[in-house]
Amino acid sequence: MARGQGAALDRKKLLADPIMVTTIVVLITFLTLFILYPLAILLVDSFVGDGSFGFSIFKRIFAMPSFTTAITNTLKIGFVVGILSSLIGLLFAYVEVYVRMNKFVGGLFKVVSMLPVVSPPFVLSLSMIMLFGKAGLITRFLLGIYDNSVYGYWGIVIVQTLTFFPVCYMMLKGLLKNIDPSLEEAARDMGASRWKVFADVTLPLLLPGLGNAFLVTFIESIADFANPMIIGGSYDTLATTIYLQITGAYDKAGAAAMAVVLLCITLLMFAVQKYYLEAKTAATLTGKASRARMLIEDRSVKIPLTILCSLGALFVIMMYICVPVGACFPTWGYKFFPLTGKWFTQVFTKYHGLKAFKDSFVLSLIAAPITALLSMIISYLVVKRKFRAKGFIEAVSMLAMAVPGTVLGVGYIRGFSGGLFHTGFLQGIYGTGLILIIVFVVRSLPTGTRSGISALRQIDKSIEESAYDMGADSFKVFMTVTLPLIKDSFLSGLVTAFVRSITAISAIILLVTPSYLLITVQINEFAEKGSFSLACAFATILILITYGAVLLMNLFIKYFGTSRKIKED
Amino acid sequence: MEKVKKGVRLEHISKIYQDPKTGKDFYAVKDTSLTIEPGSFVTLLGPSGCGKTTTLRMIAGFESPDEGEIYLGDEPINELTPNKRDTAMVFQSYALLPHYNVFDNVAYGLKLRKVPKDEIRERVTRILELVELSGMEARMTNQLSGGQQQRVALARALVIEPSVLLFDEPLSNLDAKLRVSMRTEIRRIQQEVGITAIYVTHDQSEAMALSDNIIIMSQGVVAQMGTPQEIYYHPVNEFVADFIGEANFLRGRMTGSEGRFAVLNVEGSEVCVPAREDMAVGGEYTVVLRPEAASLADEGGLPCKVVLSCFMGSYQNYHVMVGDTLVKLEEHNPKNKRIYQVGETCSLVFEPDSVHVL
Repeated sequence: MARGQGAALDRKKLLADPIMVTTIVVLITFLTLFILYPLAILLVDSFVGDGSFGFSIFKRIFAMPSFTTAITNTLKIGFVVGILSSLIGLLFAYVEVYVRMNKFVGGLFKVVSMLPVVSPPFVLSLSMIMLFGKAGLITRFLLGIYDNSVYGYWGIVIVQTLTFFPVCYMMLKGLLKNIDPSLEEAARDMGASRWKVFADVTLPLLLPGLGNAFLVTFIESIADFANPMIIGGSYDTLATTIYLQITGAYDKAGAAAMAVVLLCITLLMFAVQKYYLEAKTAATLTGKASRARMLIEDRSVKIPLTILCSLGALFVIMMYICVPVGACFPTWGYKFFPLTGKWFTQVFTKYHGLKAFKDSFVLSLIAAPITALLSMIISYLVVKRKFRAKGFIEAVSMLAMAVPGTVLGVGYIRGFSGGLFHTGFLQGIYGTGLILIIVFVVRSLPTGTRSGISALRQIDKSIEESAYDMGADSFKVFMTVTLPLIKDSFLSGLVTAFVRSITAISAIILLVTPSYLLITVQINEFAEKGSFSLACAFATILILITYGAVLLMNLFIKYFGTSRKIKED
Repeated sequence: MEKVKKGVRLEHISKIYQDPKTGKDFYAVKDTSLTIEPGSFVTLLGPSGCGKTTTLRMIAGFESPDEGEIYLGDEPINELTPNKRDTAMVFQSYALLPHYNVFDNVAYGLKLRKVPKDEIRERVTRILELVELSGMEARMTNQLSGGQQQRVALARALVIEPSVLLFDEPLSNLDAKLRVSMRTEIRRIQQEVGITAIYVTHDQSEAMALSDNIIIMSQGVVAQMGTPQEIYYHPVNEFVADFIGEANFLRGRMTGSEGRFAVLNVEGSEVCVPAREDMAVGGEYTVVLRPEAASLADEGGLPCKVVLSCFMGSYQNYHVMVGDTLVKLEEHNPKNKRIYQVGETCSLVFEPDSVHVL
């Protein structure tokens, strides 16, 4: 059997579509240049960085006690944070899906799931220090403890868990909703107690999903840069060690090798998560629930669970509230009243706040539409078209999800500071706003692509085929059919990209030059210096901006989204 | 619609797919040659997985054949993309553009062809009249019933005046009653417009009601092509006989001949069937007996025993055992006939001309 002719015809048909071909070529170039190449150069650097090919650099870094400790530290934290986050996430998800809650508790849950989206990833470290640190509001002034240290292992674990568990909660909530209630009712009917049902039916069904949540958090945790930076103290993780290796020790080859090690860990986790657990999750939880679940009304179950979750939620919310409040205290840890706006004034008068916000805002604003459009195009190609390079495009854009920002940052330094392959070609973009925009795009691309793909999968393939059949070429099909149908996903992709960009720090902090002031970098700097009030003032304004963007998006979707009109059956 | 009618010709078309589980290649369509006359209504009929939809999608251009060439009229079209082919498809799921209203859906193809606005309005109005949807122009497609959506899909395909109209199981999402009325409608419109139509279905009554010609496909190859009558009365093999309508198969050895009839020994009794030139005494043959072609009598045919007797209103449904062979038959208009009960022994009788020998 020879499939040659069919393949040749498919190729010819593709080539008859110049816009499509150009798009694919541009995409492949972009992905290769800005995702694959920087990673490849890290490999090259770490093997031949000192002039001769071999493992000498790896030998060198593994001989550094600080590095091996960092590996153990990172894995330890990732493991614990992964487990804690998935368990807390499971508790929240279970209560939301299974237990009848009143409106107030439901509202708390919503806020908790929303907060990590709109806030920069490291604000919890700030509030942790301000509430529980040596001069913490709670530890010192409420409890009278004077020597409580939040820096180090436990600080990072608590802060990361509080930051990442809402992600697990959202993931597990979706899965629990997909469990057909009749399965559990059948078990109940045969005489199982509620606990038995949970242990014998719900939990086994959920196990792959739980593993998935654990690994996703694990990856997030070991890739996290800002929290360990602010609250880690002398407890270094891989991300911070790499950063210090490059900014402190100026050992670029060593940093590259360390980045390769970190990348290997996340890639391994990512591979397990993507190809093993995700498939398993889909296999065990396919069906849609056949009918609504009978919610648990039993007070002996309901009341303790509700109280426990509400307290947790309130605690998280308090942590976030601490940031804007902290920005209003005259002197943190010393003088709390009267509340003042002086820090906000200082942000703009003394610390170039306007420029910082302008730079961050403008760069993110440029990056967002590029990211959204690129991710929609990638999703369209991946879901709706078939061509040979499709696998490559899908794999590389997903790969970007597994690359920690710090690794990408080091890769960009090594890859572009001396031009492509140190030849000086394209050197011009290093240190400019352009490379920052590119980093923003690359960092947000996987999320956007993922949501685009799932949105597109829900659209009947024949709708686009019919347009194609009516005489539209690929470009026309994309513009007149695909894009309007996934407008909502496009809009939310736009805002997500914007929010992610304006709150990004890990890759950016390695690449930013003094000509650009970015808010997140400023916050990090002030937090490092101990000027928490200023850091809080910056963070508050940042949260306001991102929250505003999300509100704007929801408004947009409400009035201009098409999907609602279509969904009304 | 003053257009030269075009036929479709498939020459040794094959399509190879990969089995996702085993990773092995297999023929979804194998060495299929077909000629579809201009202006005719042809149905591709077969069970799921027989390659009928793949064939249709190759004609539309969504799939590329691995072997062979497809012609539209006299023009080879293998290399043309779907948007460049002079075909229009009506999809199973209607595939209307959900963000457009009825008018814009129908006008979409014309706009792409840069037809002037006035002409678009005129042609859309005319075609909506043809499918009896006048006045619905401003409706969104989700405000339409299934039947109406299918009419929009049909109008959208017709309005661009393609040479060939392709239907991919267009009625399978409708309820039974609507299916019947819609297929009459489709046939009426096709005849009115005089367009060549290729229609994929797994529903034999749809195929019968619609087609000038039926092409029966099985496992990627054409099993038989012919008019509905040819296929029903003269199936070429057991698959076709069984697929179209109900069929009983009686196996027997030829013992002699009587004029234009051959005598077969079936389960120990002799029956007459129409003789064919290639039949010879001693040969084993299979007789196709349609349920409505046989009836029960007290004697004079194949001895049999009733195992099911069920009143169905317009007919009495019997299952009888002739030796070891189960025969299903329908005695129509049973009101004034003798009804045989389960367990009774009786005789299966049929006219020699009403059966077909494979």
